[in-house]
Amino acid sequence: MLKAMLSEAWLAMGANRLRTALTMLGMVIGVGAVVIMMAIGQGAQYAVQQTISTMGSNLFIVLSGSFTTAGVRSGSAGAPTLNVADGAAIAELDGVSNVAPTHQGTRQLVYGSQNWSSQVIGTTPEYLDARAWNIVNGAGFGDSDVRSATRVALIGKTVAQNLFGDDDPVGKTMRIQQNPFMVIGVLGSKGQNLDGRDQDDTVIIPLSTAQRKVFGTPFLGSVRMIMVQADSAENMPRVMDSVTSLLRQRHRLREGMPDDFFMRNLSAAAESEAETTRTMSILLGAIASISLLVGGIGIMNIMLVSVTERTREIGIRMAIGARQKDILTQFLLEAVMISFAGCLLGLLLGLAIALGINAFTGMVVVISGSAALVAFAVAATVGIFFGWYPARKAAQLDPIEALRYQ
Amino acid sequence: MAEPVIRVVGLGKSYATAAGLFPALKGVDLEVRPGEYIAIMGPSGSGKSTFMNLLGCLDTPSIGDYYLAGENVAHMAKDALAILRNRTLGFVFQGFNLLPRMSLQDNVALPLVYAGADKESRRAAARELLDKVGLGKYAESLPNRISGGQQQRVAIARALVNKPRLILADEPTGNLDSHTSEEIMRLFGELNAEGITIVLVTHEPDIAAHAKRQVKFLDGQIVSDHLTGQAA
Repeated sequence: MLKAMLSEAWLAMGANRLRTALTMLGMVIGVGAVVIMMAIGQGAQYAVQQTISTMGSNLFIVLSGSFTTAGVRSGSAGAPTLNVADGAAIAELDGVSNVAPTHQGTRQLVYGSQNWSSQVIGTTPEYLDARAWNIVNGAGFGDSDVRSATRVALIGKTVAQNLFGDDDPVGKTMRIQQNPFMVIGVLGSKGQNLDGRDQDDTVIIPLSTAQRKVFGTPFLGSVRMIMVQADSAENMPRVMDSVTSLLRQRHRLREGMPDDFFMRNLSAAAESEAETTRTMSILLGAIASISLLVGGIGIMNIMLVSVTERTREIGIRMAIGARQKDILTQFLLEAVMISFAGCLLGLLLGLAIALGINAFTGMVVVISGSAALVAFAVAATVGIFFGWYPARKAAQLDPIEALRYQ
Repeated sequence: MAEPVIRVVGLGKSYATAAGLFPALKGVDLEVRPGEYIAIMGPSGSGKSTFMNLLGCLDTPSIGDYYLAGENVAHMAKDALAILRNRTLGFVFQGFNLLPRMSLQDNVALPLVYAGADKESRRAAARELLDKVGLGKYAESLPNRISGGQQQRVAIARALVNKPRLILADEPTGNLDSHTSEEIMRLFGELNAEGITIVLVTHEPDIAAHAKRQVKFLDGQIVSDHLTGQAA
């Protein structure tokens, strides 16, 4: 019986093709918007997760700030206010999993006849753990290398390609600022960071070596930056607070004096990037729900017209034995079918546009089965919700009146 | 004697109008036995259409009882009446009332859809009846491809498809010319000869003359009830 009714609903839809198509339009646009919204929204989420996973999670950096001596403010270009001992003290705090004081700058690298300018980071072994950075070839350096300021280097993929070409860099000696460094490992690829900088264009060396041989700082043991990793996202605010009070105490800052350092939450930066995209997908969501509503009302409108037009047909069906629920089912089925057909077209349209957005703007889109599922659930709901009233109206017609209807 | 197909006792129906309650039918008694062929006659407003709607289970009476095949249906619920219309009755209308978008075969088979029959038995039954009314070759055509007389034959086939106890025909020749009317009446005669009970509403005496018994309505009451020459 259901099969017979389905084919009847199909016939009824085909009887007035233009009208059916126009009725579907609202659903097509609505579902299309839902699909695009979900593709972009999930794409943004995915992109943030990617960024955070290459950057390392739950990270913040403590940066050397300005200090004031007798009313004279040094600005951030003065002597660094942080030192390695601050880092060691931070590492003792609860909820801190890794601490890496770093000193970085740009230096020229030379190997044989090749040379290349790159970011050089002097740090401790914890840096790699904090950033979840693995070594694909060779090995890292240890705390003993930091203590004895050995001239060893880990290089990123971009550096390896530009300086060593096809050669295996591990065991080779390159020079940074005239100082020979032995390459002991090649870092795994991280791609671009949030600012679009190539993270693989990096050389990592022990902090002590960097300060003594490469950057030649007059403030040995002082650093401009300490990277801190909290053990969980929930602990981040608490850890940042305790780092602040610890550093104020260590730097002997009295009540009322400004901090001589500041902090940046790196994960938050990535999140705010995602926020923009999320706003856009919320906007799309609003468009989607409005057009689904309008589409639904369109279906209701056409179904009401259809019930009136087919009053006599309903009367005939009732006379030959259709029960109220048979008539109800027939019209409900028709509404749901229009809704589903609109949904299917909307799904295809949405997918095409999402792929188009990806192709032309490079924005990450994620197309998932759940989007299709949501779209179909929405279509069924809209069809039943807005088809119910006209179908009920049809089912409650008086057979005698309906038969008399011209 | 066999149990009556229809037994109507004190059947009345009133309609609410602006001027108050209007009694369209004022306590009618009637019995119809299996195999009978009755013509119900009367001028418009005599109550015959109201009576037909009640007989057809399309409406429920204000007072009185209506036994259809032994069962009192006067106070049944709408869905129960729909099942009765589907299983026990066959309708033939003045305006044929075929569904315009469906093939003749699907039109004939439609009552079986509501009876829950499977596709194959629906098709077979519809074919058989279309052949019986001489229109088997148009089975796949739409109703607007055939003449009015042919459409009424299809409607009769549809009325027969559920093997009803009773055929109710409401002015079945009202939209047809006299020649085609004769053909339709001949078909009714043949069906009655096969034992099918027929109740026919008409205001034309020459159509009513085909029936075996004539019941005349006036002002909501039966004023005459007699056998015709056909009864012999």
